[in-house]
Amino acid sequence: MKPPRFRYCSPRILDEALVLLDQYGEEIKILAGGQSFVPLLNMRLAAPAYIVDINHISELHYFETEPDYLAIGAIARQRQVERSVLVQEKHPLLVEVIKHIGHMQIRNRGTVVGSIAHADPAAELPALLTCLDGEVLAQSMHGERVIKAKDFFAGYLSTTLEAGELLTEVRFPWLARQAGWSFIEFARRAGDYALVGAMAVLTPALDDTCMSANIAYFGVAGSPIRARAVEQVLIGTQLDAHTLDAAAGAARDVVGEDMQDVHATVEYRRELASELTRRVLKQAWARREQLEGAQ
Amino acid sequence: MRERDDDLSQCVEECEIAVTVNGNRHEHTVPVRLLLSDFLRHELHLTGTHVGCEQGVCGCCTVLFNGEAVRACLMFAVQADGMAITTIEGMAGVNSELHPIQQAFREKHGLQCGFCTPGIIMSVHAMLHEHPDPTEEEIRHELSGNLCRCTGYQNIVEAVKLAAERLRLQHMEVE
Repeated sequence: MKPPRFRYCSPRILDEALVLLDQYGEEIKILAGGQSFVPLLNMRLAAPAYIVDINHISELHYFETEPDYLAIGAIARQRQVERSVLVQEKHPLLVEVIKHIGHMQIRNRGTVVGSIAHADPAAELPALLTCLDGEVLAQSMHGERVIKAKDFFAGYLSTTLEAGELLTEVRFPWLARQAGWSFIEFARRAGDYALVGAMAVLTPALDDTCMSANIAYFGVAGSPIRARAVEQVLIGTQLDAHTLDAAAGAARDVVGEDMQDVHATVEYRRELASELTRRVLKQAWARREQLEGAQ
Repeated sequence: MRERDDDLSQCVEECEIAVTVNGNRHEHTVPVRLLLSDFLRHELHLTGTHVGCEQGVCGCCTVLFNGEAVRACLMFAVQADGMAITTIEGMAGVNSELHPIQQAFREKHGLQCGFCTPGIIMSVHAMLHEHPDPTEEEIRHELSGNLCRCTGYQNIVEAVKLAAERLRLQHMEVE
């Protein structure tokens, strides 16, 4: 349980890291919070020749509000975002999601962007980014790319980030003022990876029917899943009992056929997805803000 | 290939570091792959920081890194360069009198084998610094990052409650 040998450097400015990545990207792994990466090293599941530690690149240490989204830089710790009064007020769903990540000792080191880059299909933040149609910013010596969440996650621990690119920022869109939201995950023990997690953002129209729905799951397939089929069931309804039954039924299909492991069977995960759907929809709809003039 | 050597020359296998541990400054040359937990135990001989799982799950190696509770097994010693670390050895006072958290664990029998205790004490220290008056639910939630396989947590929770009460009193007296 000791890491294999590697060579290490910790550049102070972003350009230095990008130069190294540009020339030797395939041999380099980036170290940010290290809360997923160092266990992989300790277990020798990863053995990169070079580790570039970005913790000292102070220009990546930020989170700031933009008109359409909250931008989080690569070195902002999960715990800093969680503790921020500004984020608590303006993006309570993000704070709720972060509170479910590991334990406080993990969140003190772990970064928001690192969790996105690691792309664990059972992790909370990639699912939230998928749910909200968020974006990431990838920078390299040759410029930068903004990548939509749906084009970023590419299966188990895989992303479309290219060798030479560094994930420098993640963008979580704001919720509409009247939107209601909910996040629930089911884990055997506090702090464990969830067997299944679900989240919903529901936006009511003037007539208090559901105008838009963003529903996403994690722990159900190789990547976080946005469930369009479940969303379609909800549009135009007032989430009556019949609609909830239909949505809970549709949610069973989000669980992949191969999601059978020592922790749970496929059928068990389907039951969880179905029940969690019912619960997040009820809670999100109860939290919506009914617009003036609503009937 | 020449250019390659130049660029990656800043990548090293060994590094000189200066770390402040429990108020004492230590200068060492360490291999970059040395975990912080092993640095504390093998280089500084501070064996109170225990090593259970080495994958961030058990919490036995929890130390304070610039005041924040972290897993020492998920950091490299080289990352502690220029930083301040507190371990269980830094908790007792100058005359070896126990820290109020340690004293509470002793009185409430908040341990059996004691293997998990140093990590728990460090976590509790960070918790009570941030939330001086936690509810039992909050205490149990915050303790979830430290595994104890002996006591079933009941006495640990009692010890944390007692420690919180005493630290609040101590704090009021100081003010």
